Amino acid sequence: MMSKDRKLGMKAKERIGNIFVYIMLIIMSIIWLTPFVCIVLQSFRVESTWQVGYVMPKEWGLDNYRALFDSDFTTWYMNTLIIAVVCAIVNPLMVLSMSYTLSRFRFKMRKPLMKFMLILGLFPGILAMIILYRLLKDMGLTQENAVPGLILVYCASSGMGYYIAKGFFDTISTSLDESARIDGANRMQVFFKIIMPLAKPIVIYTVLTAFMAPWGDFMFAKFVAFGTSKGMNVAVGLWSWLTKDQINSRYTMFCAGGVIVAIPVTLLFMFLQKYYVEGVTGGAVKG
Amino acid sequence: MGKKTKENKYDELFHKAGFAESFAKGDAATKLSAIIMGLGCAVRGQLARGFIFLTFQVLFILYMINSGSYWLSMLPSLGKVGPTKEYDAFFDTYVPTYNDNSFEILLYGILTVFLIVAFILTWALNIKMSYDAQVKKEQGKKINRFIDDVHSLVDEGFYKTLLSLPMLGITLFTFLPIVFMIFIAFTNYDGKHDGYITNLFTWVGLENFRTLFSMAGGKGSYFNVFLSILGWTVAWAFLATFSNYFLGILVAMMINKKGIRFKKLWRTILVLTIAIPQFISLLYVSKMFDKGGIVNGFLMNMGWINTPIDYWGNATYARILVVVINIWIGIPYLMLIATGILMNIPADLYEASRIDGANPIQQFRYITMPYMLFVTAPYLLTSFTGNMNNFNVIYLLSAGNPVNPNASAADGGVGYTDLLITWLYKIALGSESRYYMASVLGIVIFIIVSTITLLVYNRLGSNKNEGDMA
Repeated sequence: MMSKDRKLGMKAKERIGNIFVYIMLIIMSIIWLTPFVCIVLQSFRVESTWQVGYVMPKEWGLDNYRALFDSDFTTWYMNTLIIAVVCAIVNPLMVLSMSYTLSRFRFKMRKPLMKFMLILGLFPGILAMIILYRLLKDMGLTQENAVPGLILVYCASSGMGYYIAKGFFDTISTSLDESARIDGANRMQVFFKIIMPLAKPIVIYTVLTAFMAPWGDFMFAKFVAFGTSKGMNVAVGLWSWLTKDQINSRYTMFCAGGVIVAIPVTLLFMFLQKYYVEGVTGGAVKG
Repeated sequence: MGKKTKENKYDELFHKAGFAESFAKGDAATKLSAIIMGLGCAVRGQLARGFIFLTFQVLFILYMINSGSYWLSMLPSLGKVGPTKEYDAFFDTYVPTYNDNSFEILLYGILTVFLIVAFILTWALNIKMSYDAQVKKEQGKKINRFIDDVHSLVDEGFYKTLLSLPMLGITLFTFLPIVFMIFIAFTNYDGKHDGYITNLFTWVGLENFRTLFSMAGGKGSYFNVFLSILGWTVAWAFLATFSNYFLGILVAMMINKKGIRFKKLWRTILVLTIAIPQFISLLYVSKMFDKGGIVNGFLMNMGWINTPIDYWGNATYARILVVVINIWIGIPYLMLIATGILMNIPADLYEASRIDGANPIQQFRYITMPYMLFVTAPYLLTSFTGNMNNFNVIYLLSAGNPVNPNASAADGGVGYTDLLITWLYKIALGSESRYYMASVLGIVIFIIVSTITLLVYNRLGSNKNEGDMA
């Protein structure tokens, strides 16, 4: 009798616990979704382009979206898209060759090289930007020509972010390499024919993160686009619409632009989420 | 084990004798290689290799005569003749003539020094290689032909091929700029002294560091502002890292709790903040909390407040808000990471503790947390230092506001939520572009971050050996 009572009590307790968790999760979901719902709603607002204290548009319409296509937004979008696509191709090549090398080869400079990059990584990246900006300017790759300049900067140093991919390669057994080598394959064939197919998850992870990063870069893009609208990426462009002198006429357009930028990137991310989670958890545990 | 011996063999093959030994024991050709590079290799049949060495030597000498010596000679002064203006009576204007360029002198001066170091290393390598070939010939062993060297680039030496491009990029676009900026900290490079058009810049020794650490000027002194920003930066890094960490774990545990349904749905909702480009969500949320934004509108409609609250105009509100909004941004990452790790905790640990009468809170305290902390310690460290330099969250949310009235306005209006990193950015983009101060700050940030990293890393090292597993 007594044990049955206790069991029942436990069950009830567990149920109460679960209900509590559900309530928490629902509250959280509301908090997490509110800003996104608001931005979508406000992008459809017609009656005023100002920032107003209410969310539901009084008059609905696509005016803001139409206005986007007559503005510099299309240029910013193309700029960012071009940068993102090139980065998604080049960065993984850099990251994968770096990480594979540091995971598989043993050479004299390996440890010093890793220490060197660790130390370099501790310097704030902005520091390098001041001179990179001036160098790009001398090469004529700023302002209107910011796109190739930004691509160059994003791609050149991407090898520094090799940690997560290296952690992945470390988990692939070296016996695979060795047996292929015994069969007469050289190191390059091992890399392309044995390891790369196995590394699909990490390849997708690097491509995905390389593609997504340029959409959010603000710091350096703002520096390089300095003074011209043509060379901005979406982040800098949309940011400029929220500055004091523009926000009153551009606020709802910012919302519409945000939605247009977010939809493809978000869909892509959701679609490849599995690989992202694998990369992130692997990276965190490995350190 | 197999790998170890291979490694040794590899070392033996390529780094047999050091430079001194090579030179001392080398024959005439090897010794002559010290003057004519590549000679030793060439006489032993490695014509291509010898030719490359010789070409490098010739190019180096030509470069040094043509321009290298100029850059080096100008390096101590960073330029002697600044821009001059001459009156042009016809157009009634002053026509400027630009002369020396301090920026280029410093840049090419550094490059030239690097080149000299590279040359010396190559020169030593040339002698070592010559000796290596000499020994091999004496012993009747096979000497690598050029074609063998090329083949090696896809095989044993494939790492050289793989590393060449990334390392070139890192050297040119990260290493060199950082070295350059370190030097800038010892000059007076700013908007008024850009080295070419406005004025030359020159070496000033430790003066910029003295400026940063001087109390002169009272409340408005750099040091005063620095201290207040440093204090907030550290507090922010602590709050941001640990609030995300514990709340993220909590959320992960809630979603993964037995009996909770729609796990995928909850996860997807949270992950939205990762998927949507951060600048959109940050900028939008920042505007939600504007004085005329939605939040105030909502609160006023509900009759909870009568006058709008100026969230970004009040130091305390602004600081609380950036931390809270950062939780909104950060929890999903931690939730993903913690979910993966929580799955790995052996279930029988919980089972055993339950039988021993532990309640869920005790289980969390004595099983979950220690395990999590152990596994994620390195992550915590990197996320702490990452948060210290978390430019985007601060700059896009509050832009550092509210402005600190004491700080120099020429540095772009430094505020109460500014981190060292956003301060640095503002200084560089400020009306006077005090690059030298930005660079001093960069060095200081590096020293702080690396000290923390070193201290914690050594602690970690003692209970967790992270050596190479592979």
